[in-house]
Amino acid sequence: MSLLAVENLEVRFDTADGEVCAVNDVSFSVEPGETLGIVGESGSGKSQVFFAVMGLLAANGRARGKVRFRDTDLLGMPVSQLNTIRGAHLSMIFQDPMTSLNPYLRVSKQMTEVLVQHQHKSEQDARRIAIELLERVQIPEAARRFDQYPHEFSGGMRQRVMIAMALLCQPDLLIADEPTTALDVTVQAQILDLLAQLRDTLNTAIILISHDFGVVAGLCERVAVMYAGRIVETAPVREIFYRPQHPYTRGLLQSLPRLDADDHQELPTIPGQPPNLQSLGEGCAFSERCPLVQPHCLTDRPLLRQIAEDHSKACHRDLAA
Amino acid sequence: MLAYAVRRLFGAIPTIFVIIAISFFMIRLAPGGPFSLERPLPANIMRNLEAIYHLDKPLMVQFWIYLQNLVQGNLGPSMVYRDLSVAEIIGSGLPVSIQFGGAAILLALVVGGVLGSYAALKQNQMSDYSVMAIAMVGITIPNFVMAPLLQLILGVELGWLPVGGWGEGAFRNKVLPVIALALPQVAVVARLTRGSMIEVLRTNPIRTARAKGLPERIVIGRHALRAALLPVVSYLGPAAAALLTGSVVIETIFGVPGVGRLFVQGALNRDYTLVMGTVILIACFIVIFNLLVDLIYGVLDPKVRYD
Ligand SMILES: Nc1ncnc2c1ncn2[C@@H]1O[C@H](COP(=O)(O)OP(=O)(O)OP(=O)(O)O)[C@@H](O)[C@H]1O
Ligand code: SF4
Ligand SMILES: [Mg+2]
Repeated sequence: MSLLAVENLEVRFDTADGEVCAVNDVSFSVEPGETLGIVGESGSGKSQVFFAVMGLLAANGRARGKVRFRDTDLLGMPVSQLNTIRGAHLSMIFQDPMTSLNPYLRVSKQMTEVLVQHQHKSEQDARRIAIELLERVQIPEAARRFDQYPHEFSGGMRQRVMIAMALLCQPDLLIADEPTTALDVTVQAQILDLLAQLRDTLNTAIILISHDFGVVAGLCERVAVMYAGRIVETAPVREIFYRPQHPYTRGLLQSLPRLDADDHQELPTIPGQPPNLQSLGEGCAFSERCPLVQPHCLTDRPLLRQIAEDHSKACHRDLAA
Repeated sequence: MLAYAVRRLFGAIPTIFVIIAISFFMIRLAPGGPFSLERPLPANIMRNLEAIYHLDKPLMVQFWIYLQNLVQGNLGPSMVYRDLSVAEIIGSGLPVSIQFGGAAILLALVVGGVLGSYAALKQNQMSDYSVMAIAMVGITIPNFVMAPLLQLILGVELGWLPVGGWGEGAFRNKVLPVIALALPQVAVVARLTRGSMIEVLRTNPIRTARAKGLPERIVIGRHALRAALLPVVSYLGPAAAALLTGSVVIETIFGVPGVGRLFVQGALNRDYTLVMGTVILIACFIVIFNLLVDLIYGVLDPKVRYD
C-alpha cells in the first residue's frame, strides 16, 4: 500500500473576482521511504496541493478528490481526527523559515508541545528528545539555545529548528516546501545534505517541493512537474533529466545554469507568463508558451498518459528523444 | 527596565509643565471668577479675598507662586469650599474614580476581548455580524445619550437598578454607571480584537501550529491570542483617555462623587485651584498609564528591548 495516495485532487479558491482553479485533477503516490520531487514555476499550485493534504488551505479554499494516507482518507476527516495524524505521522516544513515559527514563544515550548500533544511525554522527556533532535540537525550549543526565541536564530538555523520540529514524532512522511529557497547558497546546500542524511538514517519518505530542478535532482528519486495546477510530466529523476518529454519540462531544464556552459551565454528562459488560473480554457494550459503548439492543442486538453515504463506526460505530441 | 521607566517619567516633566501652563491661563481667561456670585460681594470683601488668593497680582506672578507651591507638593486651598484643601477634595474623589474607571476598563477588556475573539472565529457568520452590529451601535451612540437611555430602561421602566447616586459605593449603584462608561470601550475592544485575531489566524506561525496537529484551543489560546492582543494593549492608552473624558460626563449624570465630577464642578464654579489639581492628576495618570502599557507590551513581545 502506498504511504500517500492523492487521486483527482482539485483545489478551488473563492475570490471577489471569481473562482481560482489552483489545483486541477492531480494524482500521484508516494511509497514508504521514497523521495519525490515536485517542480514547477511560482504559482503552479505546488504548495496548495500539500496544504490540501495537510488540511491547511486558506478559509476561502476547498479541496475535492481523495487523499489517502496509509488507509485513511484525510480530506473527509474531522479536524480533531486529522490532528492525530498531522505533526505526528505526517509533517510539513514551509517555504518561509523567517516567519514560520511563532515569534512570541520560546523554541523549547514550540518543540515540546508537539511531543506532549502526540506522545503524552512529560515536559522533561520532551525537552531531552527535542534537544537531541536540535543537535542532530546541527544547531550549535543546542541545549543553551533551546530556551531562546526564534528572532535570536538566523534564517538557516530557524529552518533547522523547523526540520527538527517536524521530525519530533518520527513521521513516515516529511513534506518540505521549498525548504531552502529563502536561504543563501551555502546554507541551502547544508540543509539539503541534512535532509539526505535524515532520509538515509531514519528512512523517512520525503516530498521536496522546489522550482529548481537542480535542488530536486540532488535528493529525489522521482519527479513530478507541475504547470497551471496540473502534473504535466512525471518520471524518475535520471529519465527526466536525460529524456524530458514535455515541452515545458524541456524549457525548465534549458533554463538551468550549467557548469559546462559558456559564461557569456545568456540562460534561455521560457518566454511568456503562466496562464490566469481564473479563466483556464479548454485546451492545453501551456499552449500560449509552447514552441511546438498545434491547432488541436488549443481545443483538446492533453491528459496524463504513460509513454514509457514509469514515465507519463500530458502532451499531445510525441517528441524525439 | 527600571532605568527605562525612570527615564520615561523624567521625560514627561516638560509635557506636564506645558499642560499646567495652558490650563492655568485658560481657566483664568474664562469670564468670571471664583467669587463672582449672583449677588456681587461688597468691593472691600472682594479685594480682601482676592488678596488672600493672590488674584490681585499680575498673572505671571500668580503662575510663579502656584509653581512654587506645586513643587512643594502643595495644590493650595480650594477657592470655593474654603475650609478644604484641593488635596483633601481630590483625596476623597480619587478612590471612587479609580474603582469606577478600573471596573470599566476591566469590563471593556474582558467582554470586548471575548466578544471579538468569538466573532473572529465565526467570521462572516450570523453571530459575527450580530456582535459587530451591536458594537457599531455602542461606538456611535454618544455616552450622554446612552446613559439616560440606560437610566430610563433599566432604572425607571424595569426598576432593576438605581437610576443614580453612589449609595456609599454599594454594588447595585455602581452597575449602571460602570456599564455606561464601559460600553463604548467594550465595542472598540471587540472590533479591535476581532480584526487582529482574523489577521493573526492567517499568518504563517498559525499555519505551523495547525500543521503540528495541535488542537484548536491551543492554536488560539497559546499561539494566536498573544499576537492578537498586542493591538488591544496599544489601545489601552487611548482607552484610558477616553474613559477619563467619559467619566466626566457619566459621573455627573449618575452623581458619582469622583474626580470627573469634581473637575466639572470646579470648572463651573471657577474654582481655579481645584481645576488645576484635577488637571495635573489626570495628566500624571495618563503619563504613568502609558508607561505601564509599554511595559506590558514588552512582557508580551520578546522582541521589545528597553535600551
Ligand atoms: N487564498 C487564496 N485565494 C485565492 N487564490 C489563492 C489563494 N492561495 C493561493 N492562491 C493561488 O493559487 C495558486 C497556486 O499557489 P501555490 O502557492 O500553490 O503556488 P506555488 O507553486 O507553491 O508557488 P511558489 O513557488 O511561489 O510557492 C496561485 O496562483 C495563487 O495565487
Ligand atoms: S499539448 Fe500541445 S501545447 Fe500542450 S505542451 Fe504539448 S505540444 Fe505544447
Ligand atoms: Mg509554494
